[in-house]
Amino acid sequence: MSSAFTLPVSAGVGFKPVHFRDILAAAQPVGFFEVHAENYMGAGGPAHAHLRALRERYALSLHGVGLSIGSMQPLDREHLERLRRLCDRYQPASFSEHLAWSSHDGVYFNDLLPLPYTPQTLARVAEHIDAVQTMLRRPILLENPSSYVSLADSTIPEVEFLAEISMRTGCGLLLDVNNVFVSCANLGGRPHDYLNAFPLGRVKEIHLGGHHLDPADSAAPLLIDAHGTPVADPVWALYAHVLAIAGPIPTLVEWDNDVPDWPTLRVQAEIAEGLLTHARARMSRASAA
Amino acid sequence: MSGAAPVAFQAIFANALLDREGPIPAGLGAPAPADPRRRFAVHRNNMIASLLQTLAARFPAAAKIVGPEFFNAMGRAFVAAHPPRSPMLACYGDEFPDFIDAFAPARDVAYLADVARIEAARTRAYHAADAPPVSAAAFAALPAEATDAIRLELHPSVEIIRSRHPIVTIWAMNSGERQLAPIKNWCPEDALVVRPRLEVEVRMLPPGGAAFLLALAAGQPLREAALHALAECPHFDLTDNVAGLISCGLATRIIPAVVTGQPR
Repeated sequence: MSSAFTLPVSAGVGFKPVHFRDILAAAQPVGFFEVHAENYMGAGGPAHAHLRALRERYALSLHGVGLSIGSMQPLDREHLERLRRLCDRYQPASFSEHLAWSSHDGVYFNDLLPLPYTPQTLARVAEHIDAVQTMLRRPILLENPSSYVSLADSTIPEVEFLAEISMRTGCGLLLDVNNVFVSCANLGGRPHDYLNAFPLGRVKEIHLGGHHLDPADSAAPLLIDAHGTPVADPVWALYAHVLAIAGPIPTLVEWDNDVPDWPTLRVQAEIAEGLLTHARARMSRASAA
Repeated sequence: MSGAAPVAFQAIFANALLDREGPIPAGLGAPAPADPRRRFAVHRNNMIASLLQTLAARFPAAAKIVGPEFFNAMGRAFVAAHPPRSPMLACYGDEFPDFIDAFAPARDVAYLADVARIEAARTRAYHAADAPPVSAAAFAALPAEATDAIRLELHPSVEIIRSRHPIVTIWAMNSGERQLAPIKNWCPEDALVVRPRLEVEVRMLPPGGAAFLLALAAGQPLREAALHALAECPHFDLTDNVAGLISCGLATRIIPAVVTGQPR
């Protein structure tokens, strides 16, 4: 069932409407485009015209930011229904969401908020993912969050929590390497330990994005997952580390704020594609040997 | 431990995000010397900063008129009173114009809410359903005696904003459509917002035009709609207005008159 729902093993880019003309002007060295599902839930207009044109030319990844899968309260059925219609309309190669919550008592916080990792929250998140996968009739991908605080109630390490969710529900994982770097810097972990423990065999997509150092706090470094800068060098290094262990995986470059011109963004995707090419070559050498 | 069950933890966390001056939830940690309050502030800031950005993107002319400092102060008050109820942020701020009307510090800028009404309508038009407009040829093909009794279905994106102020002129001057200049003839203007194809348009309606379109939108036939317009403006010209309406792509369907006295 899952073979129909896979992204091309290449570098993709988060689509910004400001780049639409540039992207359509020529064939781009990009394997897929990813959009935030919530931006395409209107009835018609330019947003859908853009998405239709992209979908005709490239593989599409739908990335949700508002489903609040990590909420202890019930999922928003209306929102889930909108997602189903969007998936039916565009038949994306992948749908992904976050291990986080963003709504409570009907208020939407427009942020990805942390949840404690316990057997109780694990059961709840698994139940929500089952409901989403049943509704969308496809396995989804779940993304590791970027963290700013640790929660004293957590009893399960994040990597184990994600592995268990994936095993119970059959969902794939979206590994955001920048989030790993940010969380480890903020909470005092080692990114290599996190990645070496991560169930990389379940990873169907990688995210790369930029972060910045919060200038207000000089005593303890605070990294913000702001997606407003190029991918940082240590994050590229971690990405290469993942590819060396796991082989090539579809990879998305995200740049959502202070969006640069298209050539600048494309260069980021080309760097990722270069590392993917390297990983492919290594894999074919290994299988030939 | 926070001591709270996960569902209570989320309620406490959510309340602490909304009550920006209040204490942070128990059980939040960060490695020393980091301050958990500073870390929680990242989440408080993510919410308010992104929503202010959303409002500024949807209401750029209103923001330009009052300046970023005033706009953000007004935006913070709005977010506190009307936090988003849906993850579809394209609709966020539908209540903003009414909020501005009631926002005492903005009372001196009497036209601000109506400028915001044009901007709110522009976003709704941007996302409205697609519908191909009726062509001038299709309209011209109607027998002359039939036109009085027909009804017109207007494009789903159509909105009309009536104002006591020169609202279209003010909007145009603050969105780069026209040069900023003193407005010598301060008179009421009615705005039409429509997206016949992919471009959202804002137009100034001629006298009587708003009454005419509102009557058509309410399902009245051309003749009755024209009477409404004439009651407001004795110089209302039906032929000109219908021609304008068709050429602007406002109509998506011609609904012929129901012939009475005939078996159905």
